[in-house]
Amino acid sequence: MRISRPIVSAIVLLALTACGSDAEPAASSNEIKVGLLHSLSGTMAISEVTVRDAELLAIDEINKAGGVLGKKLVPVVEDGASDWPTFAEKATKLIRQDKVATVFGGWTSASRKAMLPVFERYKALLWYPVQYEGLESSPYIFYTGATTNQQIIPGLDYLKEQGKKKVFLVGSDYVFPRTANKIIKAYAAANGMEVLGEEYTPLGHTEYSTLVNKVTQAAPDAVFNTLNGDSNVAFFKQLKSAGASAESMPVLSVSVAEEEVTGIGVDNIAGHPVAWNYYQTTETPANEAFVKAYKAKYGANKVTSDPMEAGYNAVYLWAEAAKKAGTTEVEAVRKAAPGIALDRPEGRVTIDGENQHMYKTARIGIIQPDGLIKQVWDSGEPIKPDPYLKAYPWAAGLAAGQ
Amino acid sequence: MPAFLNQLPIGLSIGAVLLLIALGLTFTFGQMGVINMAHGEFIMAGAYTAFLLQDVVLALPAAFLVAGVMGLILERAAIRHFYGRPLDTLLLTWGVSLVLQQLARDLFGAPNVQVPAPSWLAGGVGILPYNRLFIMALAVAGVVAVWAYLTRTGLGRRTQAVVQNRRLAATSGIDTGRVDMLTFFIGSGLAGVAGVALTLIGPVGPALGTYYIVDAFLVVVAGGLGQLRGAVLAAVGLGLLNSYAEFWSDASLAKVIVFAVVIAFLQVRPQGMFVLRSRALT
Repeated sequence: MRISRPIVSAIVLLALTACGSDAEPAASSNEIKVGLLHSLSGTMAISEVTVRDAELLAIDEINKAGGVLGKKLVPVVEDGASDWPTFAEKATKLIRQDKVATVFGGWTSASRKAMLPVFERYKALLWYPVQYEGLESSPYIFYTGATTNQQIIPGLDYLKEQGKKKVFLVGSDYVFPRTANKIIKAYAAANGMEVLGEEYTPLGHTEYSTLVNKVTQAAPDAVFNTLNGDSNVAFFKQLKSAGASAESMPVLSVSVAEEEVTGIGVDNIAGHPVAWNYYQTTETPANEAFVKAYKAKYGANKVTSDPMEAGYNAVYLWAEAAKKAGTTEVEAVRKAAPGIALDRPEGRVTIDGENQHMYKTARIGIIQPDGLIKQVWDSGEPIKPDPYLKAYPWAAGLAAGQ
Repeated sequence: MPAFLNQLPIGLSIGAVLLLIALGLTFTFGQMGVINMAHGEFIMAGAYTAFLLQDVVLALPAAFLVAGVMGLILERAAIRHFYGRPLDTLLLTWGVSLVLQQLARDLFGAPNVQVPAPSWLAGGVGILPYNRLFIMALAVAGVVAVWAYLTRTGLGRRTQAVVQNRRLAATSGIDTGRVDMLTFFIGSGLAGVAGVALTLIGPVGPALGTYYIVDAFLVVVAGGLGQLRGAVLAAVGLGLLNSYAEFWSDASLAKVIVFAVVIAFLQVRPQGMFVLRSRALT
């Protein structure tokens, strides 16, 4: 099934181009082409393949329900190959050659930053489905994952509520963790918390004994973890075998979801908290249907996670905006989008007109021995997205520095 | 114990990991001069063997066989046609490594998988967990076994003879093709064993090999080609250097420091710590 879809779309693509390049493919047929641009190979494939699968599921469901504006959605899947220039190149191809109505894609901030100028230049639309470091608001990108005030700041609020005063920051060495840690340090300074240390490791780093030694020697109340990818496996395995316990020193992660827990080994990470907007266990009617449909399509042993849900939502939100606009034309969709509110698996999601981010509910969960995540805290209501942290006096210097 | 004293055993344990991943390479690269970029994927094959068996101890001999046979097939099917063409071999094996990574992704899925650590490896002594001590013991056992093989067995002595002077060895009646096969089998098998050990401390996924391949080459080059004692010294030295450099700076800078030291060292001693003296005319 996995392979057949790109092949089908490739055949559709060939068939369309064979019809003659003079015809406007989008207008002439009874179909609307949408681009899916994720890393299907390379180091990021681990995460991004699942988001693509969730987006394909949404497209299937929408088509079964009659499509958008009476037309069927046809996905054009491209591989970003975990390589940032490739993302820009494939985005250009989707926009110029395939003339897709919109693109759903990206995971790392580096890939988004590479695609941003392409979408702005051709005035095309990108829906970006992953939590990120904020401090960005492109008119041609809709951000369906959390920005910092919907994930990192609630995470810090939770640690503060738990009476954690001394924190240690551990992250991968690139833009997201470094920006996140700037925000964390400003928050700590304003909230009477102490940052005992700040350590970065290269992406793909697997030797954590020295870092674990530093962390245990500093003896913090909690660790704030912004490591990404495979490094999390090595870090948690080595932390656990050094005898650290989740009770005395919880490690709050913002890039570990259901999908990653199996690889890390439940024994190594059970009891540690994570911060997201959605868990497989989130109790909403929409989520029950989503989990059921996903497992039916991809296998009963599959799990659903926050970025997958955000990608799944993105397709529905775009479809809703296109219906409201009565066309898939980019500027009309952009104008129609603000204020659209849908009940999604994570609860109510509303598109903010000012910065094209979403109102989202923040949730803290604890990883359970069965590998799923149980919610222990939530923000009560969806939080207004604030990518530049304008509403937080202590963050004044951060946004200005950008 | 003060933190900086902790770094001493930590450095030794990093050295043991380096030694274990480089041990197979001292055979294929060191003895035979084959730049095998797929060495990392043999490590990965070992790790996935442990995943399939769900038992680290059983997996040690199994992974040796699995990775060894993979190496044997690679040597017979492809590499032997490229002897004496190091650049072509490099490209060939790099391509093989990409194919193997994608194969793992298709067979086992893109996400990491989990290998349960034996319960008797839970806990530790001081700063060192038992699983690190296990890796150190395995590295020592590996070195002893390799040393015994090379110096105490007929096959090993023939291997050394081929390394020192291939033509003379062939003239003396040694089947150099068979020696090459065997050497490649053992070297690849050792990579598989390293892969099993790495499941205790790191991720088990399709990209596993890429995380270790550079370090493995670093150890062999710094130690001197085909030199067991060189590999041991280089692994321990680099482990300690890594441990203290990271302790006093950070992980990114430590990598820079390690590479800078190795480059500076190779300027002074381009052949590595120990040089193989040979009368061969190559």
